[in-house]
Amino acid sequence: MQRRTRLIGAALVAVSMIGITACSSSGGSGSSNATTAKGPITIWYSNNEQEVAWGKQMVASWNASHPKEQVKGQEIPAGKTSEEVIGASITAGNSPCLVYNTAPSAVGQWVKQGGMVDLSKFSGGAQYIDSRSGSQASQYKDASGDYYQFPWKSNPVMIFYNKDLFAKAGLDPANPKLSTYADFLATSKTLVDSGVAPNAILPAPTSEFFQMSFDFYPLYAAETGGKQLVENGKSTFADTAGYDVANFWRSLYAQNLAGQEAYSGDAFADGKAAMAIVGPWAVSVYKGVNWGSVPVPTKDGTPASKTYTFSDAKNVGMFTACKNQGTAWDVLKYSTSKAQDQKFLEMTGQMPMRTNLSTTYASYFAKNPSYKLFGDQASRTVEVPSGSNTVAEMQAFRDEWSNSVIFGKGTVKSSLDAAATKINKLAAQK
Amino acid sequence: MGSLDGSPYVVAPKRKRHLFGRNPLGLLFSAPYLVFVLAVFAYPLGFAIYIAFHDYFFTAPGAVVSRPFVGLQNFIDAFTDPDVIRSFGNVGIFLIINVPLTVVFSLVLASGLNRAVHLKAFYRVAYYIPYLTASVAIVAVWLFLFNGSGLVNQILGPLAPNPSWLVNSSLAMPSIALFVTWKQMGFYILLYLAALQNVPNELYEAAATDGAGAIRKFFSVTVPGVRPATVLVLLVSTVTGANLFTEPYLLTNGGGPNGSSTSPVLLMYQKGIEQGHPDEASAIGVVLVILVLIIAWLQNRFAGGRD
Repeated sequence: MQRRTRLIGAALVAVSMIGITACSSSGGSGSSNATTAKGPITIWYSNNEQEVAWGKQMVASWNASHPKEQVKGQEIPAGKTSEEVIGASITAGNSPCLVYNTAPSAVGQWVKQGGMVDLSKFSGGAQYIDSRSGSQASQYKDASGDYYQFPWKSNPVMIFYNKDLFAKAGLDPANPKLSTYADFLATSKTLVDSGVAPNAILPAPTSEFFQMSFDFYPLYAAETGGKQLVENGKSTFADTAGYDVANFWRSLYAQNLAGQEAYSGDAFADGKAAMAIVGPWAVSVYKGVNWGSVPVPTKDGTPASKTYTFSDAKNVGMFTACKNQGTAWDVLKYSTSKAQDQKFLEMTGQMPMRTNLSTTYASYFAKNPSYKLFGDQASRTVEVPSGSNTVAEMQAFRDEWSNSVIFGKGTVKSSLDAAATKINKLAAQK
Repeated sequence: MGSLDGSPYVVAPKRKRHLFGRNPLGLLFSAPYLVFVLAVFAYPLGFAIYIAFHDYFFTAPGAVVSRPFVGLQNFIDAFTDPDVIRSFGNVGIFLIINVPLTVVFSLVLASGLNRAVHLKAFYRVAYYIPYLTASVAIVAVWLFLFNGSGLVNQILGPLAPNPSWLVNSSLAMPSIALFVTWKQMGFYILLYLAALQNVPNELYEAAATDGAGAIRKFFSVTVPGVRPATVLVLLVSTVTGANLFTEPYLLTNGGGPNGSSTSPVLLMYQKGIEQGHPDEASAIGVVLVILVLIIAWLQNRFAGGRD
């Protein structure tokens, strides 16, 4: 009996060790001629209705003229987040060639994992990206100056407001006073006191790392004229501008103008909040709302033409599991051509990351004046910092923000200083 | 030579030893389960321990990376983070509320159901449905009940807590513990119902003859009679409770408010999957497994009796 137990035990240990050894070993990299190889490829795109429609037409259009390099397009498989699905596919080695929905916050990790193709290595790769997106593209380079993501489209975050609720509260819906912190707070108080909505504004007060992009970050970008959260390996926000932004939001929570509890649906679409802080992708969700939009506020009221904001960009990534990277690069260029970008703009209302967007597609903005401001704002956006610890840095910030700003514990200065210390440590790690 | 009484020694025939024991066929029959245990338990556990002691991150197949042995560094990194310590405290609060409530209510309700004459099947199904239903669906109902303007607060009126249940740092974890107790109850009731079938009716009759009332019979016959099931319920509810993830992820939106319902497994998800540090996540997991084993041993030691 004992002998048999020992045998079974030994088998357990042996199998565990075989697995461990297998997992800890690494082989060589993909074939060296992958960047020029041509043939069929698979791409994934986002699962929202408008982007699916754009993706389908783009794939059909490409396939019609490339019978030997057929593209199979599909929505990103369901998961908690797209980033988790993509991360898992990298580890499993079954990523598609291109994903038209990569979050810049996750790209650093995927590069570290060896899952991303350096687009700068393609002939004319970096030049194509720079010529399409201009100086904004530099935010998407990694520490060594290479492009592991293709800057594709942005959703510049602005303040949406419900014109009907503003009018009901006795406010001027044509010229809402929302440009300075003082004006924004006064307007918010009028809205809530008049009872037109239980919240003036309701960004998700939850703990997920990415929520900082929809309360703190757009206002910080605006207040500083386009500073990133981390620059040159050091956090930037533990300064007067950062404290001012945090104190502004803390006032909104403390005065019950913004709720501490998440709303299950869309608070703005359902009339539970008179304002929202979001990008133009949400326009299709707000069909039933008579909305207007203005830039995010700053302490002293920066003019709209000089206001920066968070980009809320989604990019295109090419993955090392792709065997026909030559075709993938050609498809990437085709899908981000002037003509396809126009289709993307028309079908989704999201902003292709192009220089001179407003003039390149002037006829579109003339026909859709409500998008004009977004088109203009798209040239002044700030991205999350690059690097493999971006998500950890954002989570560290969010945890401190929740503590002092949303739930009013301790001082804003001490919590932002604590977040800065943590983030500096994370930014220093490789 | 002979024995003391003169009879010859009886030499037992030498048993032939087989590599796979006396009944190799038994091993064959148990092999599928053994493979299952190896694949989904032994291997991941061994791998998690390996990860916890190395500078480890997930990579694409073929990527050449260095994963040096780092000793206890991942444990030091994890457990010098106040959020990690707090998450263990949070799950401790959860277990202190959830496990006793689970044992008491499921035993009492199972005893009641065992004696129910009418609508027996209806009650059993009613208690079991929450267990079968996906947490995601039930969480939506609880959000409707327990949010600031939810049904519970409307009924409570001025007595409603402020901040409300799920955004109140003192009430968030107890609310989750109540939710999980209610949701899992059906499963534990079934365990107790099965155990109650093994308690001989004669014991109740004997107790009644001795003048015992319903309460005395419950404590003197039912409770000792289902002790093995109680140990099982304690163990299973502790293990599942220590693995708490879905509820803080969905009900309190990522361990809120302000980290007061963050569980170790939620932190493992954040660090291991979202932030790309599976090594630190594994260190947390290894400590969690050790703590659960200690608690399980204590439960078995003190609630299991001599059986």
